[in-house]
Amino acid sequence: MATMTTTYSTRGADPATAPAFLAPLDHLRSGLPGAALSWVRDLREQGRERFAAVGLPTVRNESWRYTNLRDLGKLTFQPAVTADSDACFDVLPTVRPEGHGPRLVFVDGRFRAELSSTEGLPAGVELLSLATALTDHGDLVGDHIGRLAAADDRPLVALNSAYLADGPVLRIPRGVALAQPIELVFVSVGAEGRATSFHPRTLIVAEAGSRAVVVEHHVGCGTGTTLANHVAEIFVGEGATLHHYKAQREGGAAFHLSHTAATVAKDGCYDNFILTLGGRLSRNEVVSTLAGTDARTHVSGGYMVRGNQHADTTTLIDHAQPNGTSREVYKGVIDDTARAVFQGKIIVRPQAQKTDGHQLNRALLLSDTAEIDAKPELEIHADDVKCSHGCTAGELDDNALFYLRARGIDQETARGLLIGAFLAEAMEEIAEEPIREAFHSLVAGWLEEKR
Amino acid sequence: MAAQPETIEQVRAVTEQKYKYGFTTDIESDVAPKGLNEDIVRFISAKKNEPEWLLEWRLKAFRVWQTMEEPQWAAVSFPPIDYQDAHYYAAPKMKAGPKSLDEVDPELLKTYAKLGIPLREQEILAGVEGSEGKSPAIAVDAVFDSVSVATTFKAKLEEMGIIFCAISEAVQKHPDLVKKYLGSVVPYTDNFYATLNCAVFTDGSFVYIPKGVRCPMELSTYFRINQANTGQFERTLIIADAGSYVSYLEGCTAPKRDENQLHAAVVELVAHDDATIKYSTVQNWYPGNEEGVGGIYNFVTKRGACRGKNSKISWTQVETGSAITWKYPSCILQGDNSVGEFYSVAITNNFQQADTGTKMIHIGKNTRSTIVSKGISAGKAQQTYRGLVKILPKAEGARNHTQCDSLLIGDQCGAHTVPYIESRNRSARIEHEATTAKISEDQLFYCRQRGISEEDAVSLIVNGFCKEVLKELPMEFAVEAQKLVGISLEGSVG
Repeated sequence: MATMTTTYSTRGADPATAPAFLAPLDHLRSGLPGAALSWVRDLREQGRERFAAVGLPTVRNESWRYTNLRDLGKLTFQPAVTADSDACFDVLPTVRPEGHGPRLVFVDGRFRAELSSTEGLPAGVELLSLATALTDHGDLVGDHIGRLAAADDRPLVALNSAYLADGPVLRIPRGVALAQPIELVFVSVGAEGRATSFHPRTLIVAEAGSRAVVVEHHVGCGTGTTLANHVAEIFVGEGATLHHYKAQREGGAAFHLSHTAATVAKDGCYDNFILTLGGRLSRNEVVSTLAGTDARTHVSGGYMVRGNQHADTTTLIDHAQPNGTSREVYKGVIDDTARAVFQGKIIVRPQAQKTDGHQLNRALLLSDTAEIDAKPELEIHADDVKCSHGCTAGELDDNALFYLRARGIDQETARGLLIGAFLAEAMEEIAEEPIREAFHSLVAGWLEEKR
Repeated sequence: MAAQPETIEQVRAVTEQKYKYGFTTDIESDVAPKGLNEDIVRFISAKKNEPEWLLEWRLKAFRVWQTMEEPQWAAVSFPPIDYQDAHYYAAPKMKAGPKSLDEVDPELLKTYAKLGIPLREQEILAGVEGSEGKSPAIAVDAVFDSVSVATTFKAKLEEMGIIFCAISEAVQKHPDLVKKYLGSVVPYTDNFYATLNCAVFTDGSFVYIPKGVRCPMELSTYFRINQANTGQFERTLIIADAGSYVSYLEGCTAPKRDENQLHAAVVELVAHDDATIKYSTVQNWYPGNEEGVGGIYNFVTKRGACRGKNSKISWTQVETGSAITWKYPSCILQGDNSVGEFYSVAITNNFQQADTGTKMIHIGKNTRSTIVSKGISAGKAQQTYRGLVKILPKAEGARNHTQCDSLLIGDQCGAHTVPYIESRNRSARIEHEATTAKISEDQLFYCRQRGISEEDAVSLIVNGFCKEVLKELPMEFAVEAQKLVGISLEGSVG
């Protein structure tokens, strides 16, 4: 029988790259938060050992065949130090017109209490930094951290665990519905003349029957090279709904790597949308496991790259129980010499009968040197299912362009209209209107920059 | 639904007699000792009386092969193969170069008669005979274990300048053509199984269609593995010169045995300007029994090069046999406006595993490719479509359309789709669609209501599902293939 592949192979790893990434740990380890907790020490040590054994993935690793981390491996990263991160910000990104509400701000991976706020949160909702949680409430996160994002087969998750220190923690108690979105702001600053790395860990626990909207902003300021190596673990309880939106607008010298693992219990819904605009090299891995019956997940996004940007979207929808529904809609726009990668896999386990899975990825190439590599995969082990995927690549429709030009619309405006319309199909997947509007204006800004 | 005991019994009866080609021919054979080393390579080359350059090429390949590793990426699993535990040459004993069929061992002739393969030059195929006008004849090259035993209609084809013969004969009679094209599409360093084939290939067919000639009949090779503990390594080379056309069919069967046997073939196609090659396969190697014991490992490299402008290569395959299939008939679309097609029906039942698909490499301007793949998985079988569509920067206006559908029958089997799409030209348009479903209760009910038995209904529905592909087969094959589709799925419902 064929092996059921649920994990990425570590074949094609490069242990030689490990020491440079792990060296700074020696000075750091004792000073990291939660050093008194044995499970934290174990998790860090396992991560360190695992990464030391495999190093960065190479293109010989099937999951990384289209994304080469060679440039990353050549750099020597220093962990962010507090002094570098004291830069000030006039305006932090937000989707709230009024500008205030609950939010956590992280600068180079470190929590910044003076920029954060928990105002307006109902009683019982916990929103705090992981560093605080590890120091003051170790039991709060001990049951969840490290449970979803397995380090065995993902070297970058292992590296994240080795450096486990800070990141947002959110727990929404049973039956609580949050009225306003919670914003998580990650600012990459870095430092001139050297490369800075940080490894935030996000934990979201939405207990049974709860409902919340979380919006992540990833922005860059400063010109130093940065590596943000994010891992998020997300637990969606029975009948709970979590909308999780992310806009990534890091700077041109930023490496943005992110692994999000979500598990959805019976009747729960996990809704993820990622808009990728920034970064020199970015990779968003989303793994959504439908672990209970009648669970739903939407995993969608838009990626827009130009210059010599590289954006990788890698998703895995794991239908582990019957009656699950999954839906994926991705749209990509690739210009100049940029390259985009889409790898989407749907697994339907033998017991996951009556699964309904749908995936769509469409890419638009705007230049002669742009490239798209796509690998939409289905792995089906149950017979009574409906699964489909569609994948297309092409350029702007000449007829549509001509139609607009014939009505006196200039070339650039016409192209902008068509690109916006092309992306709209993905943007429609954002259920929350204010957030959809905010993301729309980010797209409009991107189009504007081109002109 | 739960099957009635009598249904189960009936199904077993059908399944057990299902593989009707599982008999063995009792014939004296000339067999090389077991094992694989340079001496065996030299032995094969000497048996074939090959020129020095070919022996050197084989040895080069063998040396490369020793440094290679078996590919691990396919979604198939099997115990490691002991390459030393097989015979690499087996040939029925017969007089050197029989001049006519009368000199061929009657046991062999009987075997082909039993398989329904015409070795006498006659109008063929029951059911077509009575039809009006002349039914097109088929020229057959019959390969038995390691050698070609007969090729029909050679003289008639020669009148038109068409060369159709065993590749070992082509090496003797047309060395320049063989030397020019052998390994030009699948180089001797290509992959583990193809490289092994380069070192130890024994026979296969050679076809050359001269400029502007339309081959008047279907050309066909029938491969038969008979000897136990042998591997079959055939090599086929088809060249269609400018403006020519050829339709080629390939069939294959093997006896039922409890051991797995390796079949690692290489097929190379070359189409020059305005030439068309249509290559159809009905693969029916012994698939193993219901417990997954025995069966052929079918690890095959097939590739066509559309070298010329407006050339076309079309692959059609119906894959019902083999314990494990690892096969990706591909097209390199080099000439401007060239066309590649891949139509596939793969059916896996019981413990069969198939990892199959195609590669379409678009290099020239306005190149077009179409992929239609229909996979049906039943029993405990696992099946994967694996394909690559690659558009290189100069392939202005390239087009691809891919449709991959899977049908699952029963809850123990798997169907997987792994397409790779790589585009480096914005004017290229690529569309990929895939679906997975099961036979709907409504469709079954509709048929059952009209008095069609459940098995027949499934066969009917599956044939409908496969129609897009089966219609690409030459007519005689299509009839056979439809029956095969039905037979392969027997015992899969209930």
